[in-house]
Formats: sequence, structure tokens, C-alpha cells
Amino acid sequence: MTANKVPEPAIHVRGLEKSYKEVRVLRGVDFEVARGSIFALLGSNGAGKTTVVKILATLLKADAGTARVDGFDVATQPADVRESISLTGQFAAVDAILTGRENLVLVARLRHLKDPGRIADDLLERFSLTDAGTRKVSAYSGGMRRRLDIAMSLIGDPPVIFLDEPTTGLDPQGRVEVWQAVKELTGRGTTVLLTTQYLDEAEQLADRIAILHQGRILVNGTLAELKRLLPPAKAEYVEKQPTLEDVFLALVGTNA
Amino acid sequence: MTTHFLADTTTLLGRSLRHITRSMDTIITTAIMPIAMMLMFVYVFGGAIDTGSGPYVNYLLPGILLITVASGIAYTAVRLFTDMTSGIFERFQSMPIARSSVLWAHVLTSLAANLISLLVVVLVALLLGFRTSAGVPAWLAVTGILMLFTLALTWIAVIPGLTAKSVDGASAFSYPLIFLPFLSSAFVPTATMPGPVRAFAEHQPVTSIVNAIRALFTQQPVGTQLWIALAWCAGILALAYVLAMNAYRRRIA
Repeated sequence: MTANKVPEPAIHVRGLEKSYKEVRVLRGVDFEVARGSIFALLGSNGAGKTTVVKILATLLKADAGTARVDGFDVATQPADVRESISLTGQFAAVDAILTGRENLVLVARLRHLKDPGRIADDLLERFSLTDAGTRKVSAYSGGMRRRLDIAMSLIGDPPVIFLDEPTTGLDPQGRVEVWQAVKELTGRGTTVLLTTQYLDEAEQLADRIAILHQGRILVNGTLAELKRLLPPAKAEYVEKQPTLEDVFLALVGTNA
Repeated sequence: MTTHFLADTTTLLGRSLRHITRSMDTIITTAIMPIAMMLMFVYVFGGAIDTGSGPYVNYLLPGILLITVASGIAYTAVRLFTDMTSGIFERFQSMPIARSSVLWAHVLTSLAANLISLLVVVLVALLLGFRTSAGVPAWLAVTGILMLFTLALTWIAVIPGLTAKSVDGASAFSYPLIFLPFLSSAFVPTATMPGPVRAFAEHQPVTSIVNAIRALFTQQPVGTQLWIALAWCAGILALAYVLAMNAYRRRIA
């Protein structure tokens, strides 16, 4: 990791294959994620997004292909990979019986950091959870849980963060809260791999977008590049109508 | 990563002990069934059961203690199952920790929770007239046998905790274990049983464990029963541990 080397991409995936019994979930997936960028893996349910994330997070072994995270091979250097990553799962992986603060302290301890209490208090403040910090997580709203989940992922400043469907099941306000949290990450140089089935989420957040379909990456590029794949836009005159989401958020306010 | 094993296990143990202290109902429900059984046997059936000298509760308690453990470990399976399905297990496994400490924390928590339940049941037994002349060494020996038994059953509980498809499936495995003491010397002397049942009762683990604990409580010589009991516990522990670690490796592969 010397400065004069060409910087290696934060995530480097080549020819990744994985089958569950007869079902070929991944049939040769290739992509790279540049350091400090947000990369969205877009796909419908069952496209294999979670499988990719699980392989990259060393929770699952690939049948074929290679994957490197932060310069470490997931198959041969899993312990190094785990030092470099944080995983935020599809279902908010927080401990509902503990308080928000206890959850953060727990992760800080497991990452063997000094002063877990202060780390927890800082993150509670950063994610506007200070007042809720001493309450049990079972009393949290979906958006608060997911915010806590992301806060837990930031402990120890891992260079790469996986967000597996971070806004699935959240109400519109919860989604906006999570989006703001994710956008703040890139300001700190963190690389984010995001999986989502919501197209607008990828549009809102990602520097690059890849579409995973039937176990392969169909396309991979910036939003502008993807838009160019279709025939050039025709000029049509359409009355600009607010979306239902605009109406909803205007009525109830975006601050949770 | 093994250098972190102790620190990580301690941290995760603290977590699951908090789960227990915040849901004391699991301790209560663990203890309530054996206590109800004890009341029923002491005040309903006990008068008709001839076990020789001494109050029936003295004869009964060792078996009741084993039933307490058998029902207590169901919660260990459920706690582990909940971690598996909630996603927190995956979060822990994707972190730079000693991975097996996730399992060990649950196992140690099971020991602590069952110790509390056992203590509650013994206190109730004392209220029902249980008396023993056992001194500190005998009590320590009884505690040691019960902890070894709990450890063996806990590793059995880890298997459904890791592999079950539903919460009911995760806890259902404990029913046969709760039933096993009925086919042993726990409630009645095996001498009254018909041939094949008696043969089974005298050669299954519960009888030797019950007899060893009973001998310790009554200050009788434990003889070979103790060694047979310890061998059963160690054997079950070793087998369950191997199977549980296999199930664990399949889950994290």
C-alpha cells in the first residue's frame, strides 16, 4: 500500500460463480469498485446480489473466480478482509434486547478499540440517536434501527462498507435518512458497495451502477452512460406533476 | 485471531448474559415445569411410591434437576436460532473476531442460566422438605456433575440452534430429553420395571447420573456409578461437540 503504486481498486471481482445445488445463482460476475466511490449493484429479487455481498464479506465461498477486497483475497486472506470491511445486512442486524448505545459499545469492543463508550456516544450524536441511546432497540422505528445499523458498521472506520438493501422495508422518511447517512460516508473516503432493487436509490446515491441479471452483470457504468444505452431522448412536452412521494414528504415533513 | 478468543468470548458473553437478566421469564419458565413436576410427585404420586427410607423428595430431586437442565437448554437453542435468523450472527462472522467465540458465548451463557434455574429448584425442594447431610465436597461434586451434564446437553442444543428452520424446531428437540428421566431410576426404583424396560432404564445415562447424585446427597459411597455417569457425560459431550462443530462449519462455509 505504498503511495507510488497505482492504487488498486477497493473491490475487484473476476469470474465469480456460485451455485446452490442445481441453481446457478452467479454465472461469472466481473466488476471493480474504485476507492472512495459508491457502487450500486442493481437487480430484482433473487438476482444474486446478496450472494455477491456474502462472498465479499467472507460469509460464503465462491465455486469459481476470484474476489479481492482492499487488496486481500477473500478466499485466502479472509481475516484481513474482515479487518477492512463492515457488513450491514438486509435485515437490520442489531440486537433488539440491548440499547442503541450498548449495541455500539459491543461492536467497538469486538473491534478491539480503545474507549468504546466515547465511540458510541460520538456515533449516537452523528446519527441523531443521542436521546434514543439508552432505550432498547426493540422500541426503535425502522429508520432508527437502520441508522443504528449503519452507525455500527462505521465503528473502526473500515475502508469498505457493504450495504445490502439498506432501505428495504423502510417508509419514505426512513429512506431519506439512510440516504443522507450514506452520502456522508463518501465525504470520508469510504468505499460503499450498495445493493438495491430500487432504481431511484441507485440514481440518488451511486457513482457507478451495475445491473445484475440472471447471474451476470448486464451493464456497468455511470448513470449518464447507462442512459446513453437507450435511443437518444426525444423532446416531448409533459406537464411536470409531483410524484406521490413528493406530496407525501411535503405533507408530513422530511425530518423524522 | 486466536489471541482475541478470550476477549471476544468475554464481550459476547456479557451480551448474552444481558439477554438473560432482561428476560428473567426464561429462567422462571425453565424452573416452573420441574417445580410443578416435583410438587405433583411429592404430593400426588409420592405417597404411593415406595423408595425405602427417607422422604420421597430426597429420592426425587436428582431426577428433577436433570429435567431442569433438559428444559433449560431449549432456550439456548432458541437464543442461537434467533441470532442466526436476525442477521446479527452474520454481522459477527464478518467482523475481525475469533469466530468460534460466538458459539462459546452461547454455551457459557447456557451454563450460567441453568445454574440459576437449578438453584431456584433446589431452594423450592428445601421448602418441600428436602434434607441432605452432604458437606461442601459432596455439593461441589454434585454441581460439577450437573455442569458437565449441562455442557453436554448444551452442545446438543447448539445443533438445532444452527440448523433449525423455525423456532419451534429449534426447541422441540428437548422433549425427548425431558422424557428420558421417566425411563430411569429418577422417579421409581428400576427393580419394579418389567424386563426390557428395566434393561433400558439401567443402561441409559440418566440412571447412572441420578444414582451418583443421589449417593452424594445421602453420603453413601458412589462406587462405579459416578464413573459411569462421568463417562456418559463426557461421551455425549464429545459426540455433540463434533456434530455441532460440523453443523457450524457448514453454516459458515
